[in-house]
Amino acid sequence: MTPLAVSIVGALASFAIVLVVLELIRTRRLRERYALLWLLTGIVLTVLAAWRNGLNTIAGWVGVRGYPPAVLFAVGLLFVLAVLLHYSTVISRLSDQNTILAQRLALMELQLRERAEQE
Amino acid sequence: MAELELAAPPAEHVAGLSSLKRLAIVPAMNEEASVGRVIDELNAFDPGMDVVVVDDGSVDRTAGIAVDRGAHVLRLPFNLGIGGAMQTGFRYAFEHGYDIAVQVDGDGQHDPTELPKILGPVVSGRADLVVGTRFGGEGEFRSTAIRRVGIRVFAWTVSRIVGQRVTDTTSGFRAIGRRGIALFAADYPHDYPEVEATVMVAKARLRLVEVPVAMRERVGGRSSITALRSVYYMVKVLLALFIGLFRRYAVPGEEEDK
Repeated sequence: MTPLAVSIVGALASFAIVLVVLELIRTRRLRERYALLWLLTGIVLTVLAAWRNGLNTIAGWVGVRGYPPAVLFAVGLLFVLAVLLHYSTVISRLSDQNTILAQRLALMELQLRERAEQE
Repeated sequence: MAELELAAPPAEHVAGLSSLKRLAIVPAMNEEASVGRVIDELNAFDPGMDVVVVDDGSVDRTAGIAVDRGAHVLRLPFNLGIGGAMQTGFRYAFEHGYDIAVQVDGDGQHDPTELPKILGPVVSGRADLVVGTRFGGEGEFRSTAIRRVGIRVFAWTVSRIVGQRVTDTTSGFRAIGRRGIALFAADYPHDYPEVEATVMVAKARLRLVEVPVAMRERVGGRSSITALRSVYYMVKVLLALFIGLFRRYAVPGEEEDK
């Protein structure tokens, strides 16, 4: 079982993440779309920290013996990879949109210049 | 396409409307089948009402058709979603000094002959935002079970937050006055905006009124909200509403009050 002090510190830190996310949404620095992901993360971390036998129990379910935290690392790593992949898709979309904006701007500039020359 | 009914649905019946600068904002994404008819009906209802179509990144002939029918067309370079599209319309209304704006969807589900009902309370100065509700006994409304549940949950939640009974928070058939236009031009929610916008109006101490209207079946296109997205929609909006309780909203200035 996780030592009590570790559990308390972990739970407090995880809960802080949830609070920070809520504050970021409140001040409109984070869209709800991404906030849901981070809120979920914060909640899962809080639960794992507070449920002191949780890690051992879950390790038992998936058949990990000897070193239960390995489950945490595996899940955490997968999660981080998934988030990175998601960001890659977001960046791709932003780049595409940026290209379209630049093209539209160039076309409009030409149009304006030609109109100004006609007058 | 069915023949247009041009039975002179008279905007003149709304007393005081003709002296106001008025605008219809028509958000449209791939609505080539219906947007032309919507513009014609708006012009038939009130020739003095300007129509601005916000083309939200359509890949069909929506923008071309709208220009041909004499509407102003704001063509967004790519899809922003209904929130971004509507805010573009509100910015247009704000910058051109419109007194009143109505939101009429480009898919044809909103009947312009119903406009007097939502225009009336704004024109008479009784409300800043009027929402046409589908649940007031006018016409019937059919939808999937999950969407009906969602609409109920939103109605209950929003009613508690704004302190008055609202039944249809997701309706996009709305009329809004000067102060509401200023508010939405500055700040409008993103993905699924109607529910939050309703709360924003109340938080900004503007007056909200719901009136029963009949809505039609969609003429073309399909709803942007699929069954799969409904759950995400509900969670996202409820989160936004919850956070909204702790958010400070700008209260538009009183200077334009007479």
